[in-house]
Amino acid sequence: MEFKKDIKNKKIFVKREFKASPEEVWNAWTKPELLDQWWAPKPWKAKTKSMDFREGGKWLYSMQGPNGEEHFSRADYKKIIPYKSFTGLDSFADADGNMNNELPVAEWTCTFEKIPGGTVVNVEMTFKSEADLNKLVEMGFKEGFEAALTNLDDIFEKQKSYS
Amino acid sequence: MRRDVFQAIADPTRRKILILLGSSEMTPNEIAEYFNITRQAVSKHIKILTECNLLLQEPSGREIYYRLNADTIKEVDDWLEPFRFIWEQRFDELDKLLSKSNNKKKE
Repeated sequence: MEFKKDIKNKKIFVKREFKASPEEVWNAWTKPELLDQWWAPKPWKAKTKSMDFREGGKWLYSMQGPNGEEHFSRADYKKIIPYKSFTGLDSFADADGNMNNELPVAEWTCTFEKIPGGTVVNVEMTFKSEADLNKLVEMGFKEGFEAALTNLDDIFEKQKSYS
Repeated sequence: MRRDVFQAIADPTRRKILILLGSSEMTPNEIAEYFNITRQAVSKHIKILTECNLLLQEPSGREIYYRLNADTIKEVDDWLEPFRFIWEQRFDELDKLLSKSNNKKKE
Protein backbone atom coordinates (compact mmCIF):
# COMPACT_ATOMS: atom_id res chain seq x y z
CA MET A 1 0.00 0.00 0.00
CA GLU A 2 1.20 3.49 -0.81
CA PHE A 3 0.47 6.17 1.76
CA LYS A 4 1.28 9.83 1.25
CA LYS A 5 0.57 12.81 3.44
CA ASP A 6 0.22 16.42 2.48
CA ILE A 7 0.19 17.96 5.92
CA LYS A 8 -0.11 21.54 4.74
CA ASN A 9 -3.39 20.75 2.98
CA LYS A 10 -4.51 18.11 5.52
CA LYS A 11 -4.70 15.42 2.88
CA ILE A 12 -3.83 11.78 2.72
CA PHE A 13 -3.44 9.69 -0.40
CA VAL A 14 -3.78 5.93 -0.27
CA LYS A 15 -3.14 3.64 -3.19
CA ARG A 16 -3.56 -0.10 -3.25
CA GLU A 17 -3.87 -2.88 -5.84
CA PHE A 18 -6.38 -5.68 -5.55
CA LYS A 19 -6.54 -8.96 -7.40
CA ALA A 20 -10.15 -8.55 -8.43
CA SER A 21 -12.03 -6.80 -11.21
CA PRO A 22 -13.08 -3.15 -10.87
CA GLU A 23 -16.70 -4.37 -10.65
CA GLU A 24 -15.93 -6.62 -7.68
CA VAL A 25 -13.92 -3.95 -5.88
CA TRP A 26 -16.60 -1.37 -6.61
CA ASN A 27 -19.26 -3.64 -5.15
CA ALA A 28 -17.22 -4.09 -1.98
CA TRP A 29 -17.18 -0.29 -1.58
CA THR A 30 -20.83 0.31 -2.36
CA LYS A 31 -22.88 -2.68 -1.18
CA PRO A 32 -23.61 -2.46 2.55
CA GLU A 33 -23.47 -6.21 3.22
CA LEU A 34 -19.93 -6.20 1.78
CA LEU A 35 -18.82 -2.89 3.32
CA ASP A 36 -19.77 -4.14 6.77
CA GLN A 37 -17.28 -6.96 6.37
CA TRP A 38 -14.17 -4.86 5.91
CA TRP A 39 -14.74 -1.17 6.66
CA ALA A 40 -14.04 -1.15 10.41
CA PRO A 41 -10.51 -1.48 11.70
CA LYS A 42 -10.29 -4.42 14.09
CA PRO A 43 -11.48 -4.98 16.76
CA TRP A 44 -14.31 -2.68 15.72
CA LYS A 45 -17.18 -3.76 13.50
CA ALA A 46 -19.09 -1.69 10.98
CA LYS A 47 -22.85 -2.10 10.87
CA THR A 48 -24.97 -0.45 8.20
CA LYS A 49 -28.22 1.11 9.29
CA SER A 50 -29.20 2.44 5.88
CA MET A 51 -27.56 2.77 2.51
CA ASP A 52 -28.68 4.81 -0.44
CA PHE A 53 -25.80 4.74 -2.90
CA ARG A 54 -26.61 7.44 -5.40
CA GLU A 55 -25.67 11.07 -5.87
CA GLY A 56 -27.26 12.94 -2.98
CA GLY A 57 -27.85 9.72 -1.07
CA LYS A 58 -26.15 8.61 2.13
CA TRP A 59 -24.75 5.68 4.03
CA LEU A 60 -25.54 5.63 7.74
CA TYR A 61 -23.54 3.12 9.73
CA SER A 62 -22.16 2.54 13.18
CA MET A 63 -18.78 1.48 14.41
CA GLN A 64 -19.24 -1.04 17.18
CA GLY A 65 -16.48 -1.47 19.70
CA PRO A 66 -15.39 -4.50 21.70
CA ASN A 67 -16.79 -2.98 24.91
CA GLY A 68 -20.22 -2.19 23.54
CA GLU A 69 -19.36 1.27 22.20
CA GLU A 70 -21.39 2.41 19.26
CA HIS A 71 -20.57 5.49 17.19
CA PHE A 72 -22.61 6.49 14.19
CA SER A 73 -21.16 8.03 11.08
CA ARG A 74 -22.62 9.02 7.78
CA ALA A 75 -21.21 9.34 4.33
CA ASP A 76 -22.91 11.65 1.86
CA TYR A 77 -22.34 10.73 -1.76
CA LYS A 78 -21.79 13.64 -4.09
CA LYS A 79 -20.62 12.44 -7.49
CA ILE A 80 -20.75 8.87 -8.74
CA ILE A 81 -19.31 7.51 -11.99
CA PRO A 82 -20.18 3.79 -11.83
CA TYR A 83 -17.15 1.46 -11.55
CA LYS A 84 -14.81 4.43 -11.98
CA SER A 85 -15.03 6.87 -9.09
CA PHE A 86 -17.13 8.44 -6.40
CA THR A 87 -16.75 11.37 -4.05
CA GLY A 88 -18.35 12.02 -0.72
CA LEU A 89 -18.31 13.65 2.69
CA ASP A 90 -17.77 11.97 6.05
CA SER A 91 -19.40 13.20 9.21
CA PHE A 92 -20.28 12.08 12.70
CA ALA A 93 -23.94 11.46 13.28
CA ASP A 94 -26.50 10.17 15.73
CA ALA A 95 -28.48 6.97 15.25
CA ASP A 96 -31.02 8.84 13.12
CA GLY A 97 -28.37 10.17 10.80
CA ASN A 98 -28.40 13.75 12.09
CA MET A 99 -24.96 15.26 11.81
CA ASN A 100 -23.28 15.92 15.15
CA ASN A 101 -21.35 18.89 13.89
CA GLU A 102 -22.40 21.49 11.44
CA LEU A 103 -19.62 20.49 9.15
CA PRO A 104 -18.33 17.26 7.70
CA VAL A 105 -15.06 15.87 9.01
CA ALA A 106 -13.50 14.85 5.76
CA GLU A 107 -14.05 14.84 2.06
CA TRP A 108 -12.86 11.96 -0.07
CA THR A 109 -12.55 10.72 -3.60
CA CYS A 110 -12.11 7.07 -4.52
CA THR A 111 -11.13 6.00 -8.01
CA PHE A 112 -11.00 2.49 -9.44
CA GLU A 113 -8.76 1.69 -12.36
CA LYS A 114 -8.45 -1.58 -14.24
CA ILE A 115 -4.95 -3.01 -14.50
CA PRO A 116 -3.79 -6.42 -15.78
CA GLY A 117 -5.01 -8.98 -13.26
CA GLY A 118 -6.78 -6.54 -11.03
CA THR A 119 -7.74 -3.06 -9.94
CA VAL A 120 -5.93 -0.07 -8.51
CA VAL A 121 -7.83 1.91 -5.91
CA ASN A 122 -6.81 5.48 -5.13
CA VAL A 123 -8.28 7.24 -2.10
CA GLU A 124 -7.76 10.91 -1.47
CA MET A 125 -9.05 12.28 1.84
CA THR A 126 -9.04 15.89 2.97
CA PHE A 127 -9.59 16.53 6.66
CA LYS A 128 -11.21 19.70 7.85
CA SER A 129 -9.35 20.28 11.09
CA GLU A 130 -6.98 18.82 13.58
CA ALA A 131 -9.66 18.72 16.25
CA ASP A 132 -11.88 16.56 14.04
CA LEU A 133 -9.11 14.13 13.31
CA ASN A 134 -8.31 13.78 17.00
CA LYS A 135 -11.95 13.04 17.62
CA LEU A 136 -12.01 10.49 14.85
CA VAL A 137 -8.99 8.76 16.31
CA GLU A 138 -10.54 8.84 19.78
CA MET A 139 -13.92 7.62 18.60
CA GLY A 140 -13.27 4.11 17.68
CA PHE A 141 -10.04 4.17 15.83
CA LYS A 142 -7.71 4.42 18.78
CA GLU A 143 -8.08 0.81 19.80
CA GLY A 144 -7.81 -0.39 16.27
CA PHE A 145 -4.70 1.64 15.90
CA GLU A 146 -3.19 0.24 19.06
CA ALA A 147 -4.14 -3.28 18.09
CA ALA A 148 -2.49 -2.65 14.75
CA LEU A 149 0.65 -1.50 16.50
CA THR A 150 0.83 -4.57 18.69
CA ASN A 151 0.31 -6.71 15.62
CA LEU A 152 2.98 -4.89 13.68
CA ASP A 153 5.22 -7.92 13.65
CA ASP A 154 2.48 -9.95 12.00
CA ILE A 155 1.93 -7.23 9.45
CA PHE A 156 5.61 -7.07 8.60
CA GLU A 157 5.74 -10.85 8.32
CA LYS A 158 2.81 -10.79 5.95
CA GLN A 159 4.36 -8.06 3.86
CA LYS A 160 7.53 -10.10 3.60
CA SER A 161 5.65 -13.11 2.34
CA TYR A 162 3.83 -10.96 -0.25
CA SER A 163 7.03 -9.61 -1.71
CA MET B 1 -8.04 29.17 22.99
CA ARG B 2 -5.38 27.33 21.08
CA ARG B 3 -5.04 28.30 17.47
CA ASP B 4 -5.24 25.71 14.72
CA VAL B 5 -1.67 24.76 13.96
CA PHE B 6 -2.63 23.77 10.43
CA GLN B 7 -3.95 27.22 9.71
CA ALA B 8 -0.64 28.50 10.99
CA ILE B 9 1.42 26.48 8.55
CA ALA B 10 -0.96 27.05 5.64
CA ASP B 11 0.44 30.59 5.28
CA PRO B 12 3.49 30.89 2.98
CA THR B 13 5.19 33.62 5.05
CA ARG B 14 4.85 31.57 8.20
CA ARG B 15 6.21 28.49 6.43
CA LYS B 16 9.20 30.55 5.30
CA ILE B 17 9.78 31.70 8.87
CA LEU B 18 9.76 28.08 10.04
CA ILE B 19 12.27 27.15 7.36
CA LEU B 20 14.51 30.10 8.27
CA LEU B 21 14.47 29.14 11.93
CA GLY B 22 15.29 25.58 10.98
CA SER B 23 18.87 26.65 10.36
CA SER B 24 19.43 29.06 13.28
CA GLU B 25 17.82 31.03 16.08
CA MET B 26 16.87 34.57 15.13
CA THR B 27 15.51 37.77 16.58
CA PRO B 28 12.36 39.29 15.04
CA ASN B 29 14.53 41.95 13.36
CA GLU B 30 16.74 39.33 11.76
CA ILE B 31 13.70 37.43 10.54
CA ALA B 32 12.15 40.60 9.13
CA GLU B 33 15.20 41.23 6.93
CA TYR B 34 14.18 38.25 4.79
CA PHE B 35 10.77 39.68 3.94
CA ASN B 36 9.45 42.62 1.99
CA ILE B 37 6.66 43.22 4.47
CA THR B 38 6.49 45.50 7.50
CA ARG B 39 8.12 44.43 10.75
CA GLN B 40 4.71 44.68 12.29
CA ALA B 41 3.38 42.10 9.85
CA VAL B 42 6.34 39.83 10.56
CA SER B 43 5.74 40.21 14.30
CA LYS B 44 2.16 39.18 13.82
CA HIS B 45 3.24 36.00 12.03
CA ILE B 46 5.76 35.25 14.77
CA LYS B 47 3.07 35.77 17.38
CA ILE B 48 0.74 33.30 15.66
CA LEU B 49 3.50 30.70 15.33
CA THR B 50 4.38 31.16 18.99
CA GLU B 51 0.76 30.83 20.08
CA CYS B 52 0.60 27.57 18.14
CA ASN B 53 3.59 26.34 20.09
CA LEU B 54 5.65 26.05 16.94
CA LEU B 55 8.25 28.55 18.19
CA LEU B 56 10.05 28.94 21.48
CA GLN B 57 11.33 32.23 22.86
CA GLU B 58 14.79 32.66 24.35
CA PRO B 59 15.33 36.06 25.97
CA SER B 60 18.95 37.15 25.73
CA GLY B 61 19.73 40.60 27.10
CA ARG B 62 17.36 43.01 25.43
CA GLU B 63 16.72 40.67 22.50
CA ILE B 64 14.37 37.75 22.16
CA TYR B 65 15.59 34.87 20.05
CA TYR B 66 13.11 32.52 18.42
CA ARG B 67 13.72 28.89 17.61
CA LEU B 68 11.66 25.94 16.37
CA ASN B 69 9.83 23.78 18.85
CA ALA B 70 10.84 20.34 17.60
CA ASP B 71 8.13 18.59 19.64
CA THR B 72 5.28 20.44 17.94
CA ILE B 73 6.85 20.02 14.51
CA LYS B 74 7.00 16.29 15.11
CA GLU B 75 3.41 16.26 16.34
CA VAL B 76 2.33 17.95 13.12
CA ASP B 77 4.24 15.44 11.06
CA ASP B 78 2.64 12.55 12.96
CA TRP B 79 -0.82 14.00 12.66
CA LEU B 80 -2.10 11.87 9.80
CA GLU B 81 -0.06 8.83 10.63
CA PRO B 82 -2.84 6.78 12.33
CA PHE B 83 -4.59 6.64 8.99
CA ARG B 84 -1.82 4.60 7.47
CA PHE B 85 -2.65 1.78 9.91
CA ILE B 86 -6.37 2.18 9.55
CA TRP B 87 -6.19 1.87 5.77
CA GLU B 88 -3.72 -0.98 5.87
CA GLN B 89 -6.03 -2.95 8.09
CA ARG B 90 -9.05 -2.07 6.08
CA PHE B 91 -7.46 -3.11 2.83
CA ASP B 92 -6.21 -6.39 4.26
CA GLU B 93 -9.80 -7.17 5.19
CA LEU B 94 -10.99 -6.12 1.75
CA ASP B 95 -8.38 -8.41 0.20
CA LYS B 96 -9.74 -11.32 2.20
CA LEU B 97 -13.28 -10.49 1.19
CA LEU B 98 -12.39 -10.20 -2.49
CA SER B 99 -10.48 -13.46 -2.54
CA LYS B 100 -13.50 -15.12 -0.93
CA SER B 101 -15.77 -13.87 -3.72
CA ASN B 102 -13.20 -14.94 -6.33
CA ASN B 103 -13.27 -18.46 -4.96
CA LYS B 104 -17.02 -18.52 -4.95
CA LYS B 105 -17.11 -17.65 -8.62
CA LYS B 106 -14.70 -20.45 -9.49
CA GLU B 107 -16.79 -23.09 -7.73
